[in-house]
Amino acid sequence: MTFTREKDFGTPEKHGETVSLTIDGQQVSVPAGTSIMRAAAMVDTAIPKLCATDSLESFGSCRMCLVEIEGRKGYPASCTTPVSPDMVVRTETEKLRKLRRGVMELYISDHPLDCLTCSANGDCELQDVAGSVGLRDVRFGYEGASHLEGCKDESNPYFTFDPAKCIVCSRCVRACDEVQGTLALTVDGRGFASKISASQDEGFLASECVSCGACVQACPTSALIENTVIEKGTPERAVVTTCAYCGVGCTFRAEMRGEDLVRMVPWKQGKANHGHSCVKGRFAWGYAQHRDRVLNPMVRASVDEPWREVSWDEAIAHVASEFRRIQNAYGTRAIGGVTSSRCTNEETFLVQKLIRQGFGNNNVDTCARVCHSPTGYGLKTTFGTSAGTQDFDSVEQADVVLVIGANPTDGHPVFGSRLKKRLRQGAKLIVIDPRRIDLVRSPHVEAGYHLPLRPGTNVALLTAMAHVIVTEGLVDEAYVRERCDGEAYGEWAAFVSEPARSPEAIEDLIGVPAADVRAAARLYATGGGKSGGRGAIYYGLGVTEHSQGSSTVMAIANLAMATGNVGKPGTGVNPLRGQNNVQGSCDMGSFPHELPGYRHVSDSATRALFEADWGTALDAEPGLRINNMLDAATDGTFKGIFIQGEDILQSDPNTTHVAAGLAAMECVVVQDLFLNETANYAHVFLPGSTFLEKDGTFTNAERRIQRVRKVMEPKNGYADWEVVQLVANAMGLGWTYTHPSQVMDEIARLTPTFAGVNYDVLEQRGSVQWPMNAAAPEGTPTMHIDHFVRGKGLFVVTDYVPTDERTGPRFPLLLTTGRILSQYNVGAQTRRTPNEAWHAEDRLEIHPHDAENRGIRDGDWVSLRSRAGETSLRALITDRVAPGVVYTTFHHPDTQANVITTDFSDWATNCPEYKVTAVQVAPSNGPSEWQKSYRAQAEQSRRIEPAEPAE
Amino acid sequence: MTRVFISRDMASMALGADAVADAFTKAGCDVVRTGSRGLFAIEPLVEVETEAGRIAYGPVGPEDTARVLDGSHPNRIGQIEEHPFFSGQQRFTFSRCGVIDPLSIADYAANGGWKGLEAAYALSPQAVVDAVKASGLRGRGGAGFPTGIKWQTVLDAAADEKFIICNADEGDSGTFADRMLMEGDPFHLIEGMAIAGHAVGASHGYIYIRSEYPFAVETMRAAIARSAAKIAPFTLEVRVGAGSYVCGEETSLLESIEGKRGEVRAKPPLPAIEGLWGKPTVINNVLSLSAVPFILSEGPQAYADVGFGRSRGTMPIQIAGNVKNGGLYEIGFGVTLGELVNQIGGGTASGRPVRAVQVGGPLGAYLPPSMFHLPFDYEAFAEAGGLIGHAGITVFDDTVDMARMARFAMEFCAAESCGKCTPCRIGSTRGTELIDRIMAKAPRAAGTLETLPQIRNARTAARTHDEEIDLLRDLCDTMKHGSLCALGGFTPYPVLSALDHFPEDFGASPALTEAAE
Repeated sequence: MTFTREKDFGTPEKHGETVSLTIDGQQVSVPAGTSIMRAAAMVDTAIPKLCATDSLESFGSCRMCLVEIEGRKGYPASCTTPVSPDMVVRTETEKLRKLRRGVMELYISDHPLDCLTCSANGDCELQDVAGSVGLRDVRFGYEGASHLEGCKDESNPYFTFDPAKCIVCSRCVRACDEVQGTLALTVDGRGFASKISASQDEGFLASECVSCGACVQACPTSALIENTVIEKGTPERAVVTTCAYCGVGCTFRAEMRGEDLVRMVPWKQGKANHGHSCVKGRFAWGYAQHRDRVLNPMVRASVDEPWREVSWDEAIAHVASEFRRIQNAYGTRAIGGVTSSRCTNEETFLVQKLIRQGFGNNNVDTCARVCHSPTGYGLKTTFGTSAGTQDFDSVEQADVVLVIGANPTDGHPVFGSRLKKRLRQGAKLIVIDPRRIDLVRSPHVEAGYHLPLRPGTNVALLTAMAHVIVTEGLVDEAYVRERCDGEAYGEWAAFVSEPARSPEAIEDLIGVPAADVRAAARLYATGGGKSGGRGAIYYGLGVTEHSQGSSTVMAIANLAMATGNVGKPGTGVNPLRGQNNVQGSCDMGSFPHELPGYRHVSDSATRALFEADWGTALDAEPGLRINNMLDAATDGTFKGIFIQGEDILQSDPNTTHVAAGLAAMECVVVQDLFLNETANYAHVFLPGSTFLEKDGTFTNAERRIQRVRKVMEPKNGYADWEVVQLVANAMGLGWTYTHPSQVMDEIARLTPTFAGVNYDVLEQRGSVQWPMNAAAPEGTPTMHIDHFVRGKGLFVVTDYVPTDERTGPRFPLLLTTGRILSQYNVGAQTRRTPNEAWHAEDRLEIHPHDAENRGIRDGDWVSLRSRAGETSLRALITDRVAPGVVYTTFHHPDTQANVITTDFSDWATNCPEYKVTAVQVAPSNGPSEWQKSYRAQAEQSRRIEPAEPAE
Repeated sequence: MTRVFISRDMASMALGADAVADAFTKAGCDVVRTGSRGLFAIEPLVEVETEAGRIAYGPVGPEDTARVLDGSHPNRIGQIEEHPFFSGQQRFTFSRCGVIDPLSIADYAANGGWKGLEAAYALSPQAVVDAVKASGLRGRGGAGFPTGIKWQTVLDAAADEKFIICNADEGDSGTFADRMLMEGDPFHLIEGMAIAGHAVGASHGYIYIRSEYPFAVETMRAAIARSAAKIAPFTLEVRVGAGSYVCGEETSLLESIEGKRGEVRAKPPLPAIEGLWGKPTVINNVLSLSAVPFILSEGPQAYADVGFGRSRGTMPIQIAGNVKNGGLYEIGFGVTLGELVNQIGGGTASGRPVRAVQVGGPLGAYLPPSMFHLPFDYEAFAEAGGLIGHAGITVFDDTVDMARMARFAMEFCAAESCGKCTPCRIGSTRGTELIDRIMAKAPRAAGTLETLPQIRNARTAARTHDEEIDLLRDLCDTMKHGSLCALGGFTPYPVLSALDHFPEDFGASPALTEAAE
């Protein structure tokens, strides 16, 4: 079958009462407000069109879609004309054919004619429409004024803009405006001189363009086209799968030629992204084929030695025998493992099963430990479920949005775009962040209030907002009475009402004017000042990665409950999850104290269920968290670890401590795509497979379970779930899975919230949101609708306790960390793509005052020192950060940001306090001693011994 | 001290009114600067206040003060109302223009100002809309859409905010009525807008004035400041265009006020339902809004009693081009084109025979004298393949080359196209190139590319002249029916009318009507 794009109905879907009309003699019933074009498309009548596409509002510029309507004069455009009852429309008449041909004749009088060698050949709407209108002669000739001399813009690493191929339909401009919300593109000039321009005609790379790809997707010709299509040709088939970057969980059509991925195009039916994407998911998949990928298993006796490539059999046998040896020598609990939030639910489930069933202990942890573990704790305590309350569509009904400790336009860009769209429609915004993130003020978006608090004072600020809400009588008392635990509410209300919690009392502590805190609290509590207005809270790691991370999550939950903002669309408490499957890895029992479905290991009924299914007794004692495993290793009681798809050396706090722990172990097994930083301390390396090479499911931040589909064979030979099974069987577990769907069936069998999930259902519906079971046969877009999962919502008193990490004369500045749009997490993937064009190094953002005091100029190397360590990077002087605060990203291993971060962590979950470190900054000459020695050790450790040539 | 009245209208000043005013001030007169009476052949015009009324002299130079003041100047006109150019007019809208000091709110009130607004305030919004409907007033910007129905739509639209926009982006060639009114009687427009605000429930209005009208901008701003208390709580502000003709099109005008590229919006939605910032908006021309105070103060019937067919009331017609009596002539609909050009306009200024007139600005049809029997009426003109537009008439004598005029229409469209829709964006440029070939009698031969062996489908034989004319007609058809707005849609009117009425200028035998003589 030849390649086709997804069906394009021309204009967006509408919802309204049904209207019936006649199109070309055919009776059609559609919702009121639907365009004639869309109504026709719904009965497979394809009215020619060029400027219309169903992701954008109708525009009416190309004039190809003209129709005749009985009783109306002229030839209205079908894209901009809504249906009306009993309308009689004709889409093909002699007159219409002549008009369309006349317009097409004009187009082609100013268009290149080399269709056969065009990169969009076969995938070009202009070509299709020229064919459909039967254009045979361009009577104007080809020698009139034209735009054929325009130079290509090849500055963007992923796509090319060829102005000669442009038909000025404005689809790219509108996609940038309406879908992405960056407004980077415009039509420059007017009349015949009109042309597409990125920013002030600066070229795509230098412009404000964020390379989300919406313009490329919208382009009907090859004016904007993926470089991979230019290189490889058009795709011949498409497989729908889920992005492996952030927790938004965008679904894509992986468009293929054979086993070669040509491009990733966001899937319009994807419930999380509705056909939108960001630069990472859309373009930055080249790491999957990167030459750095390790494709053969490797083993070494000591980390001083070079790696030795071995067969899979040898590697697996070695792992099994080492683990068993260590357990025999040091005890059952001397080994453990780390599951990956980048792997599938099925793989994560199997790793914890390997540990619980095969290792015989609960020493399993996951990266959520260092990101959203306080979310799990906080929301389970207050609401009863360790997950966000809404779906992403919910934001479309929010009237006021409070964003705290999150930077959606960089960290969760597709959600960021949807949020900006809602803000452009008039919803109000409150931003609580030490740094002036883009949302605070960007084109057509401005926060009503930005509260740039001092890092580490979230709880004090949120409690002060609660003080305002309670003392000013803004509590939704009926809601609280009906839905929440009254006694706990009373205690909490009394606590927050104390004068010491008022915005005025903490003004100096948090560094935000009390009046702003009061106004922001009122705005949130009153639903944006609109009667019946709905308030939603979105938060990220700026909430959780603190010594009071769990308290902050609960303080947020308190605010939402007090204002009645849980249990309906447009409201809720919404953690923005960092990694593609961090929700899923938590759901799958990756924590040492919980079996899948967040059930405590000490609960014997639950344990009995698993024991019966798995045929083995399970340990009733919670196992070790990552940092406890590392502590135990330095103490000499923990000796072996299996780490799948995580780079704890780079991502976990206090790098020297992590290195010491790993160095103290006898068998460190790392499974990854690349020789990551942790592998520097590994004894066995098992090559990983990419999301393109396996079947499975990811669960995004809205609890949505979506299929990951294999589009190519694993280059390393096995999908990750198969590797886990090989290890398990080498350890004698006798697993017999032949497809991940069987793993999901097991999950469903053992986990009540997943009872209704299976691959057939996912195939039919595209995705489902857990809980999905007999009580919620359709899944659960919005949680806690009639009552909280725990019964009554629980208010928790959140007393502000300052972190032990304090500034002082030696370390007068506060360092906070974050990320940037083009890079992802520790950068293992994105650094191996052309995304480096946007962010080739981590920089230290410092306020001009602080820089001047220290004699630092923009771009200078500076040393960054904390109580834990020292590193160096280059300064970026900006007033995005307040005086006294510095900021950096952690995408590059050379930066070693976690050499600086301390051992302080959340009181409830040990989530590290990445977001607050007292530091000093001073001019320096370049990389620190630690960075140099680290680099040397890494190089030494990454050597691979050449394989003996086969004779 | 003798009071004299001298216009400070931009056209009068271009003819030297400032120097004349200075001279009279030096001569010890109390000079009152007014708007223009509207006949430029007698500008600079000086009116001297006497016991027998205001005695006019014009044209007058700065050296003429003594002879004017002693009554001996040869260009003595007497009372201006008795001048033949004025005696036949029905000045409903321009009654005060040229009479009062434009920025004197006392003069305005003393000469019947605010009566309409006061009458409107005594009525319910619906009653005001009903009065406008009953008057039969139609949009004076060109489309002729019934103003009352537009207001009704805005009144009926539920919204927290509504706007009144006055379209003063008067860009048609040979038109100046909007400018004259804004410079000569600004409170009149303000009164009309305040009535509109009351009628539809709008609290704020914009007057969008083209940048080429600096005096109008200045006058309107000053008048807004002086009348703020009178029209409160309704408020007004002036927005100045940036030199784009198409921003006179109502939807691109909205884009322009919103700070965006001046690009036409597709309709629906109508601005009356989703207009400025997405809110219900009345957009009316200066002349439509300025007709409203009369309708309210004198009653809708008084307005409707004048006119022709479905075109009710008066129209301030602007006569320009190669014409003896260029100026503004306000009269009820129904006057014939011939009367306007020959009797009122006095024929061409050059004294040569009239060959064509263009009615309705650069997008209006060229009409030959054989059509001078046409009554000035929306329907009559439409039926004859023309349009009234903003009621500008440009006169040409027999030296005009109508192929050049057709080319100018395409060129104008190409220069002013916003670039949104394809027929206008590309068609106007192709049209210019095509008429160039037609004028040069050089039909297109196959191009280099078309004769390449790799190109199989292109015609290699040269085109004929008739084929090029056919192509021009096809192009006009595509532009007329395919364009998004009136710019591309009406450009074919001047082109096709020139081609139809003056085929000999396009290298064909003369039109049948003339050939038959």
